[in-house]
Amino acid sequence: MKHILVVDDEADVRDLFEQRFRKEVKSGAISFAFALNADAALDYLSENVKAVSLIFSDINMPGKSGLDLLSKVKKGYFDPPPVMMMITAYGDDENYKKAISLGADDFFTKPIDFLKLKERINNF
Amino acid sequence: MVFLISLFMAFRMRKSLVQGEAAMLKWDKILTWIMVFSGVLVLVNSSLNKPFLLLLAGYGLMGWLFYTCWKEPEFSSQKTLLMSLAPLGFIFFVVDFSRTLAPDFFDNYKSYFETAKIIGFAWLIATIIMYNRQMKALKAEKIIREKEAQENRITAARKAQLEILVRERTYELRQQNEKLKEALEELSAAQKQLIHSEKMASLGELTAGIAHEIQNPLNFVNNFAELNEELVDELLDAIVQKDFKEAETLAMAIKDNEQKVAHHGKRADSIVKSMLQHSRGSGNAKENIKLNDLAEECIRLSYHGMRAKEKSFNAKMELILSEDVGMVEGVPGDISRVLLNICTNAFYAVLQRVRKGEKDYQPTIWLETGMENEQVWIKIRDNGGGIPAEVMDKIFQPFFTTKPTGEGTGLGLSMSFEIITKGHGGTINVESQEGEGATFIITLPLSK
Repeated sequence: MKHILVVDDEADVRDLFEQRFRKEVKSGAISFAFALNADAALDYLSENVKAVSLIFSDINMPGKSGLDLLSKVKKGYFDPPPVMMMITAYGDDENYKKAISLGADDFFTKPIDFLKLKERINNF
Repeated sequence: MVFLISLFMAFRMRKSLVQGEAAMLKWDKILTWIMVFSGVLVLVNSSLNKPFLLLLAGYGLMGWLFYTCWKEPEFSSQKTLLMSLAPLGFIFFVVDFSRTLAPDFFDNYKSYFETAKIIGFAWLIATIIMYNRQMKALKAEKIIREKEAQENRITAARKAQLEILVRERTYELRQQNEKLKEALEELSAAQKQLIHSEKMASLGELTAGIAHEIQNPLNFVNNFAELNEELVDELLDAIVQKDFKEAETLAMAIKDNEQKVAHHGKRADSIVKSMLQHSRGSGNAKENIKLNDLAEECIRLSYHGMRAKEKSFNAKMELILSEDVGMVEGVPGDISRVLLNICTNAFYAVLQRVRKGEKDYQPTIWLETGMENEQVWIKIRDNGGGIPAEVMDKIFQPFFTTKPTGEGTGLGLSMSFEIITKGHGGTINVESQEGEGATFIITLPLSK
């Protein structure tokens, strides 16, 4: 069973993920937690980091960005650092490079290819 | 005595002759002879003890001189002298003849004759003094006249000069006027061009933000549409298997998703609309605007616009939108232009402060709406560098900008001011503490 934390400022992302992975959720193979911003994600992680097998975060969020979250997740806050995948906007090379340097484990560009995402999740 | 009078009279008459006139030569000769004759007889007469015949000739000569002086126009200037001498001449004539012809009568009235003589002399002296005075006065007046004439001549010359100058200046001014008119036309054309490019520049700035803002709802639309396709298949399966409870759950999910598709579709729609309104000129019709929605859309657009230029830029947006705020009547494109402009300025201000690298600085923009006295207010606050006090009263002036050359047209706030005050009967104000941020407050009248 894999527990995935999804960080995105769009509230409807919850419904989207739960429906896209409805079979996996139903079967108990995957469970989700959602955070609307980086601070909420850090709060959640500080208590549940052991349970989280993967963080999936948007970069472009008001307030602290996904990159801020990434740097905190990967730099000593948690041991061992959780796997983290980033969502970058189409053609945003600058953030893509920054995310690599900060230690992101994988990248997805919007719109998210859910088949590819499922495959990746299964491989972790 | 009579010859002295004649001599004097002739002398003055001769002197008064105007040089160069034909009559002068004739009179000159005659008067010279009279003077010589009179001069000789003055001496002869006094030594011969006044013989009667000589006296007769003397008075004849004097009478003729008086008559000539009176009659001839050449001697009109000597009439005053005639007036002075004639009484004396007459008195001497009476004295001399009465002494010779009626010595008894003369002796009887001798004292009267003496008195008359004195009066004659006194008259002569008095008139001469008066004459001299008059002459002096005349001379002085003549000098004044001449001076005046001279001044008049100078004035006239100056006037002529001035007229030429005025004509020249008028011509120059007319030419300058023409040039100014041309310049004004060019300027107003340039102004139109500038306003257009300001709109286009801010649109370009926003394009990336708009793209991002459309991308998100569009992704939701696509995702939920795809999901619904799958769910409908599952629903059909459930119906075939007669699992109506599952069918109901699926149908509810499909309905929810349909609502999400519609919601995000509308979101994208309104963004596209606001973009079109922004690029179109003003002069669009006024509509009832949901101010909270428009304001939120604008702050998001400008945030993403800023992020498109500064990829690493990030700021917190605090939205405190009052439910009381209803509809506002306005031109949506214009109102959104104002809000976008102020929001973009706010993001620019916090970005500048981020660049300074202050520790623990959290760039934040607050968007607040509310109601007060039948007016809707919108506050846009940032915690950027603030506005220096010395430029505070200039920020709404056209072409005023603190941005480096090429980064701002300086028209954003002046256009915003026009739109809010003239276009919508509202107000726009700014409060700022240097180093702590700025707050723009817009008020708009509610829809009727």
